Amino acid sequence: MARIMEETRKAFITGNEAVTWGALAAGAEIMFGYPITPQNEVMHYWTRLAPQYGKGFLQTEDELSAGFTVCGSVQSGKKAFTATAGPGNVLMQEPFGMAEAMRLPLFAVIQQRGGPSSGTVVYSQQEVTLTTFGGNGEGHRIVYSTASHQEIYDYTIKGFNTAWKYRFPTFLLGDGYQAKMREPLEMYNPEDRGIEMIDTYPLIGLPGHIGENREPQHLCNIYSLEEELYEVVMRVSAEYEAISPELVEYEEKECEDADIIVLSHGVVSRAADDAVKELRAQGIKAGYFRPITLRPYPQKQLREAIAKSGAKKLLIAESAYGQLDRLTKQEIYGETIKIENLFMPGVGIIDYDIISKVKSSL
Amino acid sequence: MSLIKIALAGEGGQGVQSIAEILAEAAYNENKQTIYIPNFGLEQRGGVSIAFIQFSDKRIGAPKFNKADVVIALSERAVERTTIYSDKNTLFVYDTGFKVEAEMLPQEAKKIIGIAAIDTANQKLHPRVFNIIIMGAVIGLTNVVSFEAAKAALEHKLAYKFEKNPDLRDLNFRALEIGKKMAEESLKEGVANNA
Amino acid sequence: MGMIAPVTPKSWYLPSKPHKFCPGCGHGIVLKALGETIDELEIQDKVVFGCDIGCSLLAWNFFACDSTQTHHGRTTPVMVGIKRSRPELVTIGYMGDGGGYSIGSQHLLNAAVRNEKVSLILVNNTNYGMTGGQMAPTTLPGQKTETSPFGRDPELTGYPTKGPEFLAELTSDKAYVARATVAKYKQLKRFLRNALRNQMEGNGFSFVEVLSTCPTNWRTNAQQTWNFLEEEMEPYFPVGELKSPFGKGDK
Repeated sequence: MARIMEETRKAFITGNEAVTWGALAAGAEIMFGYPITPQNEVMHYWTRLAPQYGKGFLQTEDELSAGFTVCGSVQSGKKAFTATAGPGNVLMQEPFGMAEAMRLPLFAVIQQRGGPSSGTVVYSQQEVTLTTFGGNGEGHRIVYSTASHQEIYDYTIKGFNTAWKYRFPTFLLGDGYQAKMREPLEMYNPEDRGIEMIDTYPLIGLPGHIGENREPQHLCNIYSLEEELYEVVMRVSAEYEAISPELVEYEEKECEDADIIVLSHGVVSRAADDAVKELRAQGIKAGYFRPITLRPYPQKQLREAIAKSGAKKLLIAESAYGQLDRLTKQEIYGETIKIENLFMPGVGIIDYDIISKVKSSL
Repeated sequence: MSLIKIALAGEGGQGVQSIAEILAEAAYNENKQTIYIPNFGLEQRGGVSIAFIQFSDKRIGAPKFNKADVVIALSERAVERTTIYSDKNTLFVYDTGFKVEAEMLPQEAKKIIGIAAIDTANQKLHPRVFNIIIMGAVIGLTNVVSFEAAKAALEHKLAYKFEKNPDLRDLNFRALEIGKKMAEESLKEGVANNA
Repeated sequence: MGMIAPVTPKSWYLPSKPHKFCPGCGHGIVLKALGETIDELEIQDKVVFGCDIGCSLLAWNFFACDSTQTHHGRTTPVMVGIKRSRPELVTIGYMGDGGGYSIGSQHLLNAAVRNEKVSLILVNNTNYGMTGGQMAPTTLPGQKTETSPFGRDPELTGYPTKGPEFLAELTSDKAYVARATVAKYKQLKRFLRNALRNQMEGNGFSFVEVLSTCPTNWRTNAQQTWNFLEEEMEPYFPVGELKSPFGKGDK
């Protein structure tokens, strides 16, 4: 694989540009996309950089088409991806469902905007439910929620590898702030960091001669009998559950003796981190927990953090009206810790908001 | 340097985003932690253009802030739009080149400063370096970046223009310096007034 | 060689035979013509056959060629994704009138405009067969279906979609656009061959609508079925090549 950069280099760029460089570094071969704010610049940078590296791009007629062209491309063995947001994410649930059903190694970047409907073009964390459990299936997908440009770069590379290694559709869940803001990060060739890059392979269009040295491939997503589908879903569920322990990622700080644990994901976790530091400085025993993978969810680790701290309260802070809250509650069913919430749908959360909420909760 | 939060607002075409970007880049080049968010709502078509920038020596948390250390509003509408970012710790700066009723200005501010950047640009320099005067003013008010780093970032950003017309370099650097001095003077006046 | 020619095309997948289409359905004729064409062009190893949802889906394992199911209306973008990624493959999208002209029309239209180098075969039987015979974009005026039980009223639901006609208007000179019928087998094969050649030669978008039969949902006997195809459908949907880079159109 061609090296994208001579050596590790620092950069001060937008998150959308970080996605593009991460995709190039991961060896992505083609992007399919349709304009929607706030992900447009992923396409803008890709269309400028891609020709220099012999990569492909197609601007499709809509997000359905962008998702399905990616499905076709990965079936043919190419490292393909797309990026979308909001109503585009809604439309893409159809192809994402096909990727779940057919175990297609699709990689998509979701830059959340405000919702429902057209909402705002700015920012939110309201696409958690959609990205984790959208579609008419069981949520057999992997979702990384990033919090910084460094993570966007790192998890774009990782996202392609995860998709191709496990063959579950994989998502990087960002947001409008992460997409549009500029901050420093370090970009590198994954090989230089000893990251194993997973090879791609075709599912159709295989080499060889049918009837001589290979069988024809018949890929399907629809079954005649309910029992057939049952078996497939049960098998995929078992596989998903088996790999979940090695996939879950999370961050935990100051939970050992915490009276209250602040739980957040994505960009809000930056404010949560600062808030917990400030609260500790003021003598309040606050802890910090952040799921990096929203699917699969680090439920075991969260349960352990609750148990070891003996915390009385869990504060769930999100720029949505309870999407992380709902996801968390179903994952830690049975825990008796009191759950408080700070729901700020469609607006940014700063450390002050969390500090005030914690103080009023204790 | 502890965290400094700046909101820069103006009309489309006043070059607010350009100077925010140059300042952010200059700070980044000085190894400071920096976050720059352009406003990118529907407003970017025909509305007030706002840039949110944060500078720090340490890792910066939330990209958003509710109250700024410095607000610079470059039009009547920009003043209206940005008073919400002002509280008792905020330096609120507006240009005296447009008419602002007293009641439009924020209720709370550490200090409200009027500077004559538009007039200065028009009379002493050139209208198109108006935003560079403002950039100089930001440096004069906050020292978020060194003067040299700001010049280097300007040089980097405008290299192709300077190459075509070397006089522009001098014009821009003078604008930067004038802006910085105007801001520094306005702060001194403040001390005098308060005393 | 003294061998007897096989009765089924080499590119057919025998474990899936006999096929599952209704008696009197035209799909079998289209797929036989396509199978023979794949054999004659010797492209069995290079074909990727994509099936829409609808009766076309029953063809998903019809061929001993790499094949994939897609979603209703989404075969076109899946084929586009494959072809854009692996130009050496020969992509054949197979769909019905509902998938192509209704739910997937934006994909069809835009793939045509972009001159995507895919070959699409659309089987027009004037109704949604798989879901039980609802009105389709191609349902003829006055024709009774499950959702037009008193006959299609053009005042309420417009006139039947003439796909090849609008695609011919939208496409560049490199495109191939034709309408065939299962009633004219040799012509059907010639059009399919041209549609595949046009892709293989790198010219561009290729589209063949095939007029077909659906006695199950039409509720017709053999004679009535054939009459409907030849006397009702063909006059409304003229058969022929509307656009061909291989010389003068064959009307």
